[in-house]
Amino acid sequence: MSTATLEPRVHAPRNYLNADYGWKSWLFTLDHKRIALLYMVSVTFFFIIGGSFAVLMRIHLVEPQGALVQPETYNKLFTLHGVVMIFFFLIPSIPAVLGNFLVPLMVGARDLAFPKLNLLSWYIYIVGGLFTLYSAIAGGVDTGWTFYTPYSSTYSNTQVTAVAIGVFITGFSSILTGLNFIVTIHKMRAPGLTWFRMPLFLWAMYATSIIMVLGTPVLAITIFLLALEHLFHVGIFSPALGGDPLLFQHLFWFYSHPAVYIMILPAMGVVSEIFACFARKRIFGYKIVAFSSVAIAVLGFLVWGHHMFVTGQSVYAGLIFSLLSFLVAIPSAIKVFNWTATLYKGSISYEAPMLYAMGFIGLFTMGGLTGLFLASLATDVHLNGTYFIVAHFHYIMVGGAVMGYLGGIHFWWPKISGRKYPNMWAGIAAVIIFIGFNLTFFPQFILGYLGMPRRYAFYPAEFQVLNVMSSAGATVLGVGYLIPLIYLIWSMRYGPIAEPNPWGATGLEWKTASPPPTENFAEIPVVREEAYAYAPEEAAGD
Amino acid sequence: MSQPIVPQKTYLIVFLCLIGLTILTTGVAFIDLGPLNTVVALAIAFSKMLLVILFFMGVRHSSGLIRIILVAGFFWLALLIAFTMSDYRTRSWTPAPDSWSSTAPPTHP
Amino acid sequence: MTDAEAHAQLAGLAHQFEDLEQQQEADALGIWLFLVTEIMFFGGLFAAYAIYRWLYFPAFQGGSHILDIRLGAANTIVLLGSSLTMALSVRSAQTGNRRALVGFLIATMILGGIFLGVKAYEYNQKFVEHVVPSLDWAPEGQALKDLAPGGLEHAQIYFFFYFAMTGLHAIHMIIGMGLLLWLVLRARKNNFTPHYFAPVEVVGLYWHFVDIVWIFLFPLLYLIGGRY
Repeated sequence: MSTATLEPRVHAPRNYLNADYGWKSWLFTLDHKRIALLYMVSVTFFFIIGGSFAVLMRIHLVEPQGALVQPETYNKLFTLHGVVMIFFFLIPSIPAVLGNFLVPLMVGARDLAFPKLNLLSWYIYIVGGLFTLYSAIAGGVDTGWTFYTPYSSTYSNTQVTAVAIGVFITGFSSILTGLNFIVTIHKMRAPGLTWFRMPLFLWAMYATSIIMVLGTPVLAITIFLLALEHLFHVGIFSPALGGDPLLFQHLFWFYSHPAVYIMILPAMGVVSEIFACFARKRIFGYKIVAFSSVAIAVLGFLVWGHHMFVTGQSVYAGLIFSLLSFLVAIPSAIKVFNWTATLYKGSISYEAPMLYAMGFIGLFTMGGLTGLFLASLATDVHLNGTYFIVAHFHYIMVGGAVMGYLGGIHFWWPKISGRKYPNMWAGIAAVIIFIGFNLTFFPQFILGYLGMPRRYAFYPAEFQVLNVMSSAGATVLGVGYLIPLIYLIWSMRYGPIAEPNPWGATGLEWKTASPPPTENFAEIPVVREEAYAYAPEEAAGD
Repeated sequence: MSQPIVPQKTYLIVFLCLIGLTILTTGVAFIDLGPLNTVVALAIAFSKMLLVILFFMGVRHSSGLIRIILVAGFFWLALLIAFTMSDYRTRSWTPAPDSWSSTAPPTHP
Repeated sequence: MTDAEAHAQLAGLAHQFEDLEQQQEADALGIWLFLVTEIMFFGGLFAAYAIYRWLYFPAFQGGSHILDIRLGAANTIVLLGSSLTMALSVRSAQTGNRRALVGFLIATMILGGIFLGVKAYEYNQKFVEHVVPSLDWAPEGQALKDLAPGGLEHAQIYFFFYFAMTGLHAIHMIIGMGLLLWLVLRARKNNFTPHYFAPVEVVGLYWHFVDIVWIFLFPLLYLIGGRY
């Protein structure tokens, strides 16, 4: 395969985007970078779908008796919003888009370990997505994304089986991606790239992949059992036939709690990269941050019972889960302290990626701290099932994970597309998103504290002001999300051409062209420096 | 995966051990050992699994990384079972008020 | 290494790897990670089984008595035999013995087929005895006598696990048979050399894993509580 002899600027140099044309070259590609783009388009599509359900919900909740839909429909809206956002946007987003694109580049390899499995992952994701879309169109599902039994297995007459098949199938996409990353990081690092010279994004991907590989299969078998019970009415989760609904919850949350770490760890990895670059400084406490990522992945498997404090679980098991939930907060907090310490005496600039990363720190911290109220048995009794929980997880998943995703997209956009976007609009959008987000979800903390239940299509009239505020915020947030969609697409055609390393960042991905050639590097690089080797005077105060 | 070539005789011997253990576990099922029946059956199954893993699957010659991964897999499954069991086993520890009956299952051998 | 060997070696090397050794290590790590996911996949079922066995032991005991212990034991031996032939086929690939490789692969398929055949017969027996949860549940005669003490309702749960666990296992075996057939076809075309036989090894590991699942299924389903 020929590499970069720069031709005169009549055409762009050969890169992965123009290496081949036609839909077949995209749909049958084995290039991890093209597969990443396939994912980028797909997750954006599902984000719009899931977001539309949210828009409908927030419009509906403007009035205490509901302004838009029947309660049965409202139940379907929040269920599908959850299913689509979690399984088809959040879980794949950073790993399948940024991870797929960057992991081989960051380790200095030509592709992932198993390129065909990578493409298969995407097709599996699409098939799963189609089943879920079918279930939405064919009448929807009203069980909540948590599919609690016996309602989902015995009593609901909605499209439970279809959405179960969709989620089951998509799980394997996640598993294969994680498997690919683990093997790539173990076996394909460039000469000189030791574990502790890797960028922290790779540590984050590695920790995330461990969760994907160990947790997702349990979700698969749980959903499989749920579908069997829904179809054959056998009753392993149904009390009427001797089953225990709590068993479903145990099996479901064994995956679904670690799943939230699948969603946040990659965003933390992105934030590490952005902070180092835009403070021109090595991440403070590199090894601690690396180990914390793995610690979060491991500890995250031991806390699932905190979702079941009030559903009938033994109080002694609850005590253990509560204690462990407090413990898992520690490595996350350690990371926040380390990121903050990175800024100290750094040379900070405020481009869009940095704005998203800084927003992440504040919002993730709030989300994480409010989690402690929920981890505490006594307060959880009051806050469970209220909007406090809704606000808590949206702070982490939207204020955290989505901001991390957007920050990563903006940071690596020049590398991915070979173009730069207008900084001013990017900054404006980041601020609008931050404001809109807080306006949407902060009132929900108060609503939850005051007792407004979640998953209800109507509420007491005294909560209306806060609900209207939240819906107004959602409008602002929606506008904020539209802006990057517009200028990023615009930039692909009209944006200024990006140089190989427009941010002056460290990392192997910046040492090749923007966009990279299909084979990533003309020659496999040899690594001789530590991660984040920003200039010594900039690294003062480490 | 360039592993040493294992002699056919080794595989044959392992196979015969596996047959022996199968006959043993079937035979023990006809003897009343109370709760030990389960323990013995699982112990024998475990031994058979180890034979298959070490010899048929070549883990005897595998790298440390693969061994760690294998142990981790079983450990994680153990976590799932242990933590879930701990909920069921401890439900009866909390005395239920007189006004309603306990949902805890009766204790078993 | 002869030119032919070098060529064969390069022919099996994928472009993302620097050399065959890296590729082999990556393949090994990949299949083992996949097996770990299978441990967790089946593991969820085993966890649910463990809970209900503890909750409803008499029902599980009764249900287990209805199973044919001789068929179960015989099938276990058949499957263990297939693991032996699978190991021997990998060894044949290692030593470059194409005829033995094909022969042992076919033997593995035959033994796997016998296992599945016996399982099909057993499933049919369950319909004959009317102990299929939800689809044909009307135990009578000796079956009813065995199941009544533990509670018929809870016995349904036992049989649900019987079908779910052995069914999932059988699905994995059928997939394995397909993989074995693929290997036989490739082996006959001389696709494998002592330097490149990763697919044989990978399928072998998968097959052994499926065997291990059965090693646990046999005592957990057929030998509950004993027959004394």
